[in-house]
Amino acid sequence: MSGVPGWEVVIGLEIHVQLATRSKIFSGAANRFGEPPNSLACPVDLGLPGVLPVLNEAPVRMAVKFGLAVGAEICPRSNFDRKNYFYPDLPKGYQISQFEQPVVGAGRLQVRLDNGESLEVGIVRAHLEEDAGKSVHDAYEGETGVDLNRAGTPLLEVVTAPDLRTPEQASAFFRQMHGLVRYLGICDGDLSQGSMRCDVNVSVRPAGQEQLGERAEVKNLNSFRFVEKALHYEIDRQIERRQRGLPVERETRLYDSVQDETRPMRGKEQSDDYRYFPDPDLPPLVIDDAFINAVQDDMPELPWERRRRFLEEYSLGGSAVGSSVELTDRASLTVKELGKADRTINVPGDDRVDKTIAEYDADRLTRDPDIAAYFEAVVAAVRNAKPTVAGGRDQDGREATARQAKLAANWILGELARHLNQEGLGFAECKLPAAALGALIVRMEDQTISGKTAKTLFDALWEGAAAGADGPSAASGLADALKLVDGMIEARGLRQLSDSGELKALVAEVVAAHPQQAEQFRAGRDKVLGFFVGKVMAATGGKANPQQASTLLREALHAPS
Amino acid sequence: MDPFPSLRQLTDGLARGEWSSAELTKAAVQRAERLGGPLNCFITLDEEKAMSAAERADRRLGTVCATPLTGVPLAHKDIFCMEGWRTTCASRMLADFVAPYTATAMAQLEDAGAVTLGKLNMDEFAMGSSTETSCFGPTANPWSLEHSPGGSSGGSAACVAAGITVAASGTDTGGSIRQPAGFCGLAGLKPTYGRVSRYGMIAFASSLDQGGVLARSAEDAALVLSYMAGFDPRDSTSSKHRDPWLEAVPHAGVGELEDGHLTIGLVKEFFADPPAGAPLIDAARRSLEELGLRCIELSLPHIAMAMPAYYVIAGAEASTNLARYDGVRFGHRCADPQSLADLYERSRSEGFGAEVKRRILTGTYALSAGYFDAYYVRAQKIRRLVAQDFAGAFAQADLLLAPTAPGVAFRRGQLMDDPIAMYRQDAYTIPVNLAGLPALSLPCGLQDGLPVGFQLIANHFDERRLLQTGAALQRATDWHELRPSLDWAEAA
Repeated sequence: MSGVPGWEVVIGLEIHVQLATRSKIFSGAANRFGEPPNSLACPVDLGLPGVLPVLNEAPVRMAVKFGLAVGAEICPRSNFDRKNYFYPDLPKGYQISQFEQPVVGAGRLQVRLDNGESLEVGIVRAHLEEDAGKSVHDAYEGETGVDLNRAGTPLLEVVTAPDLRTPEQASAFFRQMHGLVRYLGICDGDLSQGSMRCDVNVSVRPAGQEQLGERAEVKNLNSFRFVEKALHYEIDRQIERRQRGLPVERETRLYDSVQDETRPMRGKEQSDDYRYFPDPDLPPLVIDDAFINAVQDDMPELPWERRRRFLEEYSLGGSAVGSSVELTDRASLTVKELGKADRTINVPGDDRVDKTIAEYDADRLTRDPDIAAYFEAVVAAVRNAKPTVAGGRDQDGREATARQAKLAANWILGELARHLNQEGLGFAECKLPAAALGALIVRMEDQTISGKTAKTLFDALWEGAAAGADGPSAASGLADALKLVDGMIEARGLRQLSDSGELKALVAEVVAAHPQQAEQFRAGRDKVLGFFVGKVMAATGGKANPQQASTLLREALHAPS
Repeated sequence: MDPFPSLRQLTDGLARGEWSSAELTKAAVQRAERLGGPLNCFITLDEEKAMSAAERADRRLGTVCATPLTGVPLAHKDIFCMEGWRTTCASRMLADFVAPYTATAMAQLEDAGAVTLGKLNMDEFAMGSSTETSCFGPTANPWSLEHSPGGSSGGSAACVAAGITVAASGTDTGGSIRQPAGFCGLAGLKPTYGRVSRYGMIAFASSLDQGGVLARSAEDAALVLSYMAGFDPRDSTSSKHRDPWLEAVPHAGVGELEDGHLTIGLVKEFFADPPAGAPLIDAARRSLEELGLRCIELSLPHIAMAMPAYYVIAGAEASTNLARYDGVRFGHRCADPQSLADLYERSRSEGFGAEVKRRILTGTYALSAGYFDAYYVRAQKIRRLVAQDFAGAFAQADLLLAPTAPGVAFRRGQLMDDPIAMYRQDAYTIPVNLAGLPALSLPCGLQDGLPVGFQLIANHFDERRLLQTGAALQRATDWHELRPSLDWAEAA
């Protein structure tokens, strides 16, 4: 929790989601990024004299999909309005939007916060509108260019209730939305290209005051981090002004990420009278039950459904996770519970969690559909290995599944995520096939390699995958992957010392070499065992099984010398 | 050849090889050149384009691909975008704008083989009732050069009345086809809203604009309409209503009045203050009765409120429809803009004429915060009441009869300094646009040497009764055969 004692912060978001349709919202021009300027603008997008908008079905379907996902009412009859203002990148001098009657009504979204808490945020509405073009300031000396390729791109603008209280909650919501739209397949989620943009409305008020303070809007934030940073700056600025007795102006501001500050926005038409009125070119958008049912039938597994499934499918028992599963079930929440939205659920603390998919892992695995898919592919690869390793319905099987799932989660959220981050890649661009990571886990499970050498093996696999060609990137099936992994284990001598004779001899040597520590152990200082395990591991270059080594060490230390 | 042939006569002559399209087109160009100067009805006359279209049409004539329009020279109001044609809307703002695409209604006419002679003068952005707000200068009435041809489709009316083409397209937002047709002694058809695609027709007031046709007879107007009409996927407000009767017009004509004893409602409010030419309109009514139609009197109680409501709605829509003319992408741009605001202010100040500015300002005011409910919302309520009035009327009558305009053509310049008097020109035509109904203005004689018109109004998509009644009347009478003497052309 950030903030200044004595002040309460109130935040609401408007998130613009560029819908991943093939065509623009009101024309047949292609909706793509990265083409030469103005090559994707047809007469309708250019706002030529005489052209008319025609609403395409795809953006409507996507809006309805989103509405159903957040439990919102789908408006059977919504309208399009003109929002009038002059700007060079707005070809018609007005933007077609939905003002009075949006297609998606009130809904709610459950947000998983990084600290494991859960927060329900109200969605006030979501409406369809067209995006504007882009002003290009750096292409011509002293002149501004206009690229209208983006003009007419369908946008879904999602407006939240002022339910957020901290910058961290705001960015968590943005992140949750980011995951959701990608699960739904309605947006590519590419923040760097502006596929999702967040406007934050923020105000401060003395703690306990009912009435909201004057709010400022910070527009066009395109990363989770910028949402947090802009809000931190803006909250501090507003509190500081209030503390000095100065008013907070109701205004629109922009965040400068270089200076890390927000500044009043300039350039747009001064007045904010947009003279909204129903667009006479577009009849009301009528959506019937058949359409809604068809969209419902096409609904993918949603993030929270997948999260619950992961917890159930890959966990031991239900007790450790039961309470939170209930809360994340959207269907079980009623409007009455909205007031309790910020009640918290603690991450289960018992030690079983380490071996299973804890909530924290489930959150992170399911936040991004690509991560979730990768995880399931790894687990599936491990399961396919052989019956003795694979999980199953019986207790042993379930434990094996949970253990493997936890291993997969650790690798994916740890090493793999770290490597991908370093190279600025997403999971969709991950060159290391899930089967290769699966094979690595299989060889950990059957004790062929130790945890320590597994790390070496992982690095080798990663590098090989990055190099491409016949390396790990080609090993898409588990059989191929195992063959590859086994080859690497042999070639690099990573096999764990499971021959107890060899290890026994080494243990004896280590004990003999450190009589003082051996004496301490025998005198009851159990911790000294760790010292010996370390020595054994070092002597084997990490290839010893630490469990086996400690068993043998205990035997050797207790044996009369 | 009769200098004022009917469209059917032209078609039949083309089919029989009595004349070629090239001959007709050449003659039309010559007539346009001879008469067009004093009339100033053409903004663009393109002989080269017209002749090459005529030659294409001649190759098509005699094949199964020929239609009754193939090879027929037509001219179009300069509000319809046509690829490669300068399309100006009679505004300095678009004086150099060459359209890169073709309006659906125009494409359908050209696909049928019609030859485009040129683009016709009009009030700037169709805002006006006299064809005097054009940046290309006013158009004169062929019946008397001192008089206005009406507007905004005055160029179309003058072109047809002078016998340059048999028909011309027009648009009608508040009477812009019917009033010029009335002033020039023509049949002017404003179809049901949604009948003719608005795609490519430069918008004035989107919920009121409707493309249509001016011709010398109801029969000819119907034939041209049959090619202009039809559902267009590019226009969300175009109707999917199918009309087998209209589709059959090209080969069957409008036909006899199918249902003999129609009832005609005389709108009491429209005759309370007798319009000029009332006796002539009454003669037309009697002729209709002689055809077997029964006349009753009925009331449209909210009609007096229609005009103010219209000017609020039309202005509101126009104010945002014309926002795209900002000097950024196309159209007039001021020289050497100093800032973005300067670019907008000067480009628009220089590009738009006074009447257009008046409407933009009125409309902007009506949509502004604090005034929206008092003006725009109220105007929409009135619009619904007017539509209900008409619905009530059509429960009693099949067609309504009303004057087209308060008087005959006024002298040019007479109303230019009195916008309200100019707006009153449309008092009888505006309610029809508010309700989206089809209406047909027909001539019914001369007063002081100038034509008088009256209009028949039908229920939505009932163009059949409208045009069958009009055609039946014209078979029984000869008002539509009256021609302007064009003595001014001899003098020239």
